Amino acid sequence: MTPLNPSPERHDLLAASTAETTPLAVASVASRAKPGKSRWPARLDLLQSLSGLLLALFLMAHMAFVSSILISHDAFYTVARFFEGAYFLGKPYPILVSGVVAGVLALFVGHAWLALRKFPAGFRQYRAFVAHKNRLRHGDTSMWWLQVWTGFALFFMATIHLYQMLMNPSLIGPYESADRVWTGNLWPLYLLLLFAAELHASIGLYRLALKWGWFDASDPNRSRRRLRWVKHGLSAFFITLGLVTLGAYIDLGRAHAEHAGERYVPASQSAPAASGRH
Amino acid sequence: MIPLLRRRPTAGQPRRLTLSILRCNPADPASVPHLQDYELDEADGMTLFIALNDIRAHQDGSLQFDFVCRAGICGSCAMLINGRPGLACRTLTRDLGDHITLAPLPYFELIGDLSVNTGKWMRGTSERLQTWIHSTTPVDLDALEARMEPAEAEAIYELDRCIECGCCIAGCGTAQMREGFVGAVGLNKIARFRLDPRDQRSDADFYELIGDDDGVFGCMSLLGCHDLCPKQLPLQTQIAFLRRKMAALGLR
Repeated sequence: MTPLNPSPERHDLLAASTAETTPLAVASVASRAKPGKSRWPARLDLLQSLSGLLLALFLMAHMAFVSSILISHDAFYTVARFFEGAYFLGKPYPILVSGVVAGVLALFVGHAWLALRKFPAGFRQYRAFVAHKNRLRHGDTSMWWLQVWTGFALFFMATIHLYQMLMNPSLIGPYESADRVWTGNLWPLYLLLLFAAELHASIGLYRLALKWGWFDASDPNRSRRRLRWVKHGLSAFFITLGLVTLGAYIDLGRAHAEHAGERYVPASQSAPAASGRH
Repeated sequence: MIPLLRRRPTAGQPRRLTLSILRCNPADPASVPHLQDYELDEADGMTLFIALNDIRAHQDGSLQFDFVCRAGICGSCAMLINGRPGLACRTLTRDLGDHITLAPLPYFELIGDLSVNTGKWMRGTSERLQTWIHSTTPVDLDALEARMEPAEAEAIYELDRCIECGCCIAGCGTAQMREGFVGAVGLNKIARFRLDPRDQRSDADFYELIGDDDGVFGCMSLLGCHDLCPKQLPLQTQIAFLRRKMAALGLR
């Protein structure tokens, strides 16, 4: 604290130190005139968060649509045709699904590229983090490690799924999807993909909220506890729903295995129309 | 250990504690890092600081560790206590098991045993982040200080409580991986000076200091800093606040 009435001796000392430091302070305030630091780190940080948020929201919506098989075959059939534009363009256009998948794929690749910046680079960083995590036994630190590994797994697993949907958009329907899951032997991939995607997304949403200070209560620890419960709830809900849904497709796929490749025709459509679809 | 499972000593009989301390003296080329065990009887209200002084006074005068204030104010006695950063003077042995492992804080330059040179790193960070008031207004030492709203002063003081102990850096996963990262202590200081009305720097000036992956955008929100800060500083909210402010500049 600066004394109000410093002694003459003290005054000289302070004046001398002020004379020394003032040009430095002025120089710093004026430093904006120089070409400044790149704004890209800020943009990349924003883009990583935004792409992650969009992918997590897509994942939730995706699960809602896919799980409509639990209501009825017709419900899922309706959802699938809806995204092909059948109810507002007159007939289904599977290319619309490919368009959406291409958008998701671009978002996914972009997010992966941005998130790679945070991965441990090289053995030294890898070893330093693992030693730190094991020593610290700290929930959020361990959760990030889980997110790194689920993210790494998604590089491969999600890419397979997205490529398949991109190329075969018309093969989405109760029988078509069930055949892919069972006869096409994709259920092991979907099982692993379910856990990797849901855990990665729920941890990601939790960390997004903390990173940007969303839903802050007056006590940050209380809001964090709530967010953690929401995160656990999201993981449990979507993994359970995913498992039940996958089980339904496996069941249907097994029952339909002998007729694999046959397209689903909803009960409401007449026989001639159905035969026209084969 | 879960407190309920911990074996309670019989009444009147002090617990026998074993402290495994990581010993290493970088000044001695022959010194090899190793754990050395010391045993002592627990006393009422014993802190790790008291236990370490007891060991140094009665068992091993060569044991190196730092302390000044004994009251969680100076930040000198930070160390890894059973693998987690904390202050020796604020840690009661009764909250720990019979066997306690102590190691120096990682990341900082080792002086010897439990003593690390946090001061050198803190000074470097202060110089790098220019953590002092920047003002072009001529200083009039005879004038009264400008008034400040009590709420504003309180908010600054809240962040000024940082004791630079280094626990946030030792608890930070990012800092362990990337040595250039300024950590919560650096970001908290920027938040403190950003609040100060006497500091004339703008967000664009602060961006020059922390607007990259070694600054606020390097933080991955693992929050070891927030959870391990011995002064319970609101580090999560401060870093989130700075991130919003710095990211907003990226949109311009």
